[in-house]
Amino acid sequence: MTFWLVLAVNSITFGGLLFLLSAGFSLIFGLMRIPNLTHGSLFMLGAYIGATFVIGMLGVKLNFWLAALLATIAVAMLGALAERLLLRRLPGDQMAQVLVTLGLSFMAADFCLMVWGGDPLSVNTPATLTGFARFGALVFPNYRLAIIVIAVIVAIALWLLLERTRLGAMIRAGVDDPDMARVVGIRVSQLFTIVFALGAGLAAFAGIIGGPILSVYPGLDQDMLPLALVVVILGGTGSLLGSFVGSIIVGFIYNFGQALLPELAYFVLFLPMLLVLLLRPQGLFGRHVP
Amino acid sequence: MSQRVFALLVAFVALVTLPYWMTGVYYVNVASQILFYAIFALGLNVLAGYGGLVSLGHAGLFGVTAYATGYILQLGFGHTFSIIAALIIGLVAMAIYAVLSLRSTGIGFIMITLALGEILWGLAYRWISLTGGDNGLSLKTRPEPFGFSLADANTFYYATLVVFLLSLAAMTIFVRSPLGAALMGTRDQPRRMNALGYHVWATRFYACMFSGLLTAVSAVLFVYYTQFISPQTLALTSSAEVLLMVISGGAGTLLGPIVGSALVVVVKTVVSGFIERWNFLLGAIFVAIVILMPEGLVPGSTRLWRMAWRKRKPRAGTVTGGAEAKS
Repeated sequence: MTFWLVLAVNSITFGGLLFLLSAGFSLIFGLMRIPNLTHGSLFMLGAYIGATFVIGMLGVKLNFWLAALLATIAVAMLGALAERLLLRRLPGDQMAQVLVTLGLSFMAADFCLMVWGGDPLSVNTPATLTGFARFGALVFPNYRLAIIVIAVIVAIALWLLLERTRLGAMIRAGVDDPDMARVVGIRVSQLFTIVFALGAGLAAFAGIIGGPILSVYPGLDQDMLPLALVVVILGGTGSLLGSFVGSIIVGFIYNFGQALLPELAYFVLFLPMLLVLLLRPQGLFGRHVP
Repeated sequence: MSQRVFALLVAFVALVTLPYWMTGVYYVNVASQILFYAIFALGLNVLAGYGGLVSLGHAGLFGVTAYATGYILQLGFGHTFSIIAALIIGLVAMAIYAVLSLRSTGIGFIMITLALGEILWGLAYRWISLTGGDNGLSLKTRPEPFGFSLADANTFYYATLVVFLLSLAAMTIFVRSPLGAALMGTRDQPRRMNALGYHVWATRFYACMFSGLLTAVSAVLFVYYTQFISPQTLALTSSAEVLLMVISGGAGTLLGPIVGSALVVVVKTVVSGFIERWNFLLGAIFVAIVILMPEGLVPGSTRLWRMAWRKRKPRAGTVTGGAEAKS
């Protein structure tokens, strides 16, 4: 029983991380129709940049949350730059977008290997969250519970942003019908940059927040990208609720799969995605088929 | 027109006599690699170029056939049986892959194929009892068709060349066939094709199967060439590399993927000897080609050639497709 409960909490924690990663992916996909294959790399870059400051590799040792903020902003700016300089030139050309984002992800992976080397970096949990929480006989690390709380807060913030603000209304309009949005005077191209930066920043934030659990290593990007992909296909593109539910489902399947069927963990992970594709191609909460 | 025929003839003679003017096992092996990767790229070009369906999981399908060949050989069957069985397994895998991914087009297709490719990679990597995991599978021998042992680099090159020429011929016939024309129609105007009475889905499905056949054939050559297969072959990087071959050479052209294959294999084998950071360079090449020459090398240089042709009379003895002679 304890085993199952611990596994369940771990699954929700992982689901929370996945939500931070895939919310941006889903928005970019939904709004810009760009398969952003750099998303795993943005996660990894965020993790590495954050880890650099947490560990104090450059001689500057920062508070964990400050480092996370710094990494988030840095990667968000990188994302905005990539969108402005490269992706902007390729509207509607999916083959080109795929190649450019893949090319960038190869460059990012090799760059990380060059700068930070091949050994995994371990990131310490922030000092205030090192303890454990006890619920009767059950013991959970505080940090894992904190991740769940953070994910929920970010989810609510994003929901408020999308549903209650002018910017959010513009983004929703862009997701539903970019041409119409343009006609009524929304600067969709500016939205693209904002959404891309937002998505990149969220991915980087997930990377550094996940650092103490996953550690930071080369190949992290390749591990995370397919998961984000599954979440988005499962939940439906451009849907926040879809990303949230999809992330939790994938978090559970991934953790339980790893524990029960290690040889087929990957296969089990992709089964629900295939089922959704067959039965409900627009995803659980998506409005249109991609 | 006669100039085109002449250029192709020169390229053909150059390919047939290659082991005589490009001596050295290393170079002959590089040529073999270019040829079987060209078959793979031709296969992907059927979908990405002529069908407008960008598949990012083709390395997974490639891997299925390669693993099947290795595994069936390990069970103790002969080469002929293993090759035929592996080709059939590859085609069955392609059929499933097509049924799942053809539910969508555009980005949806890319995403689904990417996910399917990752599943296959995950299986190869994790299902250790079947695939050997990271240790991979090794093949002990190469086959001996009609008594010619393929263990030697030159004979393997000629075997690959024969298969390559057959594949190219099949590709030429396909492109000029009604099915090929219909496929290009579904790429450009799917709704109009539907209104005209074409079964769009079925056309795409047949194209997938043809693409799968070429992929499987190249995978058999690959696995006999390296005599080893590991999960790395199925990784996203490999799928992306083949896509780069297709796009850099010119998607939707007959010769483009061959030129692209020559470019990628040469840069990869030669440059990786000098620089350790090969992946960084590969990524940079991806970005540069998309930004600078989006149409690909073959259409791009053909256009330049035509422009030069119109301005002044051509000198005698120049050959159009310089890159063909290189392969």
